[in-house]
Amino acid sequence: MTRKQRRLVLIGGSLAVLATALALVLSALRDSIVFFNSPTDIVEKHVAPGTRIRLGGLVKDGSLTRGSDLHISFKVTDGKTDVPVTYQGIVPDLFREGQGVVAEGTVEPGGTVKADTVLAKHDERYMPREVVDALKKSGRWQESTGELAGAKPR
Amino acid sequence: MIPELGHYALVLALGLALIQGVVPVIGARKGDATLMQLANSTAMMQFLFVAISFGALTACYVTSDFSVATVYENSHSMMPLIYKFTSVWGNHEGSMLLWVLILSLFGAAVAAFGVNLPASLKALVLAVQSWIATAFYLFILFTSNPFLRIANPPFEGRDLNPILQDPGLAIHPPLLYLGYVGFSIAFSFAIAALIEGRIDAAWARWVRPWTLAAWMFLTVGIAMGSYWAYYELGWGGFWFWDPVENASLMPWLAGTALLHSAVVMEKRNALKVWTVLLAILAFSLSLIGTFLVRSGVLTSVHAFATDPTRGVFILGILVLFIGGALTLFAWRAPMLKQGGLFAPISREGALVFNNLFLTTACATVFVGTLYPLALEAVNGDKISVGGPFFDVTFAPLFIPLMFAMPFGPLLAWKRGDILGVAQRLMAAFGVAIVAITVTFAAMGSKAALAPFGIGLALFVMAGAVVDLAERSALFRVSFRTALRRGFGLPRSTFGTAVAHFGLGVTLLGIVCATTWGEERIVSLKPQQTVSISGYDLTFDGLVPREGPNFREQAAKFTVREGGVLIGVMAPSKRSFPSRSMTTTEAALMTRGASQLYLSLGDANADGSIAIRLYHKPLVLLTWLGAVIMAFGGALSLSDRRLRVGAPKPAAKTAMQPAE
Repeated sequence: MTRKQRRLVLIGGSLAVLATALALVLSALRDSIVFFNSPTDIVEKHVAPGTRIRLGGLVKDGSLTRGSDLHISFKVTDGKTDVPVTYQGIVPDLFREGQGVVAEGTVEPGGTVKADTVLAKHDERYMPREVVDALKKSGRWQESTGELAGAKPR
Repeated sequence: MIPELGHYALVLALGLALIQGVVPVIGARKGDATLMQLANSTAMMQFLFVAISFGALTACYVTSDFSVATVYENSHSMMPLIYKFTSVWGNHEGSMLLWVLILSLFGAAVAAFGVNLPASLKALVLAVQSWIATAFYLFILFTSNPFLRIANPPFEGRDLNPILQDPGLAIHPPLLYLGYVGFSIAFSFAIAALIEGRIDAAWARWVRPWTLAAWMFLTVGIAMGSYWAYYELGWGGFWFWDPVENASLMPWLAGTALLHSAVVMEKRNALKVWTVLLAILAFSLSLIGTFLVRSGVLTSVHAFATDPTRGVFILGILVLFIGGALTLFAWRAPMLKQGGLFAPISREGALVFNNLFLTTACATVFVGTLYPLALEAVNGDKISVGGPFFDVTFAPLFIPLMFAMPFGPLLAWKRGDILGVAQRLMAAFGVAIVAITVTFAAMGSKAALAPFGIGLALFVMAGAVVDLAERSALFRVSFRTALRRGFGLPRSTFGTAVAHFGLGVTLLGIVCATTWGEERIVSLKPQQTVSISGYDLTFDGLVPREGPNFREQAAKFTVREGGVLIGVMAPSKRSFPSRSMTTTEAALMTRGASQLYLSLGDANADGSIAIRLYHKPLVLLTWLGAVIMAFGGALSLSDRRLRVGAPKPAAKTAMQPAE
């Protein structure tokens, strides 16, 4: 092979791999990403049933009920809107009423979110950032108070 | 007194770094040996002062000096001694101090062991190393000073985050940082070469051991982190494609590519410009990783930092070093002489293939990690990119890479014979085909991709064995001769085979644990039994226990296999009054390379308790493979030709085999 041909093989091969990777990334970005929504977003944007979302907010006080077989249901609130969530399984240690939560799952026809993953904060000082943003948007966030200011600057 | 001493030592280290960043460069310009040699002593002194500073902070933690803010925030007088040590780096400020400690350690190591580096190259390398150090000293002193005092010292600390109170934290961050920061040496060498405008095969020989050492630490560090997340977070998963994990995976991918391209450069004097670029990229990705974790831009347990000034400062460091390095590269790289040419089918070609796939895979991880941040910055949409994204982008790139892996070492340099190699790999193909057939037969209609995963893993492992067998001419000469030849092989050859074998082992572990793993999530009353994969677990009841700084409720389970008692598992819930926080401690029972994994959910009013039980077949291979890979690296590092500071080979022997 001549110098030129060798170079062509190298460049051609690289471009082919890069193009494949780019195609994979673009298709994956269309199909396998999940949007984050606050409860108000879900109601206002009329998220279509069957859509996969991440829902973040606080677990509404008094809304947690436990059924049989590890079924639980609770409401996620941002202070303005509440969205009901159902889940089957074990919730994290710091999952409590009045605390920040992120639930990932699909929107059911009735507007309930059927979660397959429930994430709570890892530490009492730390609030999932998405939750903070959702609360800030709805005006529930007070930088000064300790209760909700999980991510308060040190 | 002690905190002030630590603070002062750090300021002195900064002063030394400033000198080291300027004087040796002038020395290298003027050819003044004295000025150049100054870098040796300053590099060692820098390490000494940072070590004093780190020691001072450690002393504050061990003596529970709550007048120091970080100690108050992250320690507790009742904590076991080991966690008093590890909480030094279990927070933002301390972990940055660990970062610069390791950085200065590497600088001192270059000064001490780089005895036969050309004087000007060594001076420049140490100077560049010092620029990085300066930036991070300033970062610590201005935004993250670990020695800040509290005016009215409290009596008790706020305790370390309980999920960090684990032996895993003792090992994981230091190893990871040894890897991250180790790539700074390759970076400094690359910048020094670009400044000098000269680069040759010897450069690659000097860079390779440092890169290899960093790579080994990073490999084990990532594996440790993964195992820690596996048993501590209670979800039974070992890789979540979390941005913080990706932040360590990206430098690993680039570093692995760098290791391989440096081989081509050393042996064949080719791919020079590319190798320099990879050296810059590997450390740039380490810096990006540091930025992602330390700036608090991510939603993650690792994001200790919540102060935006820190994020902006690190971003500044990032732009300065990555931007500066790439600009220098664009300006100077065309001046570097291009190396030799080679046929596409050759050892070089195989290594280019490796580099192409590794860097592309790295790019997909980069996109998946940073796209959500970019999107949010642009239009405020918040998205999460998780497992499904990487399953369809990363995996398809890694499969061809792993398939090609056994071919590479068997191909000849310059011009290889792919059919000949395929023939020599017949045994490996045989093993793979048998494995695929057997798994298909065993799984029946449920089989999907798993048999191919097993086949690929065994192909890679068998390929590594074939490589060694071929080189020692096993089955072609008498067994004794083969054995003697085998022992005579260079250690780096063994290193390659062992490391490749390790990747096969990791893949085998991942495929087995994800395909045949079983999961039970149930609620149990005392004396009730749950069965999984042939094991029966009976819940005996809850036992309260007292720890040094926590109380725990342990749930006792007796485990039987086929009716025979084989042991007790006692997962627990710990509550830490100092932080009013609960953690779940999973219980693990190891059976061969497989594990039973049991973690607790909430206790209910009727005396029942929710449990999450997994059987993870061969899961330990996932991490064992990484350890094997690192061992391969160590073997290679111990090769005489690569030994750090090894004297130059006396004179080139006339007929050096292109091994």
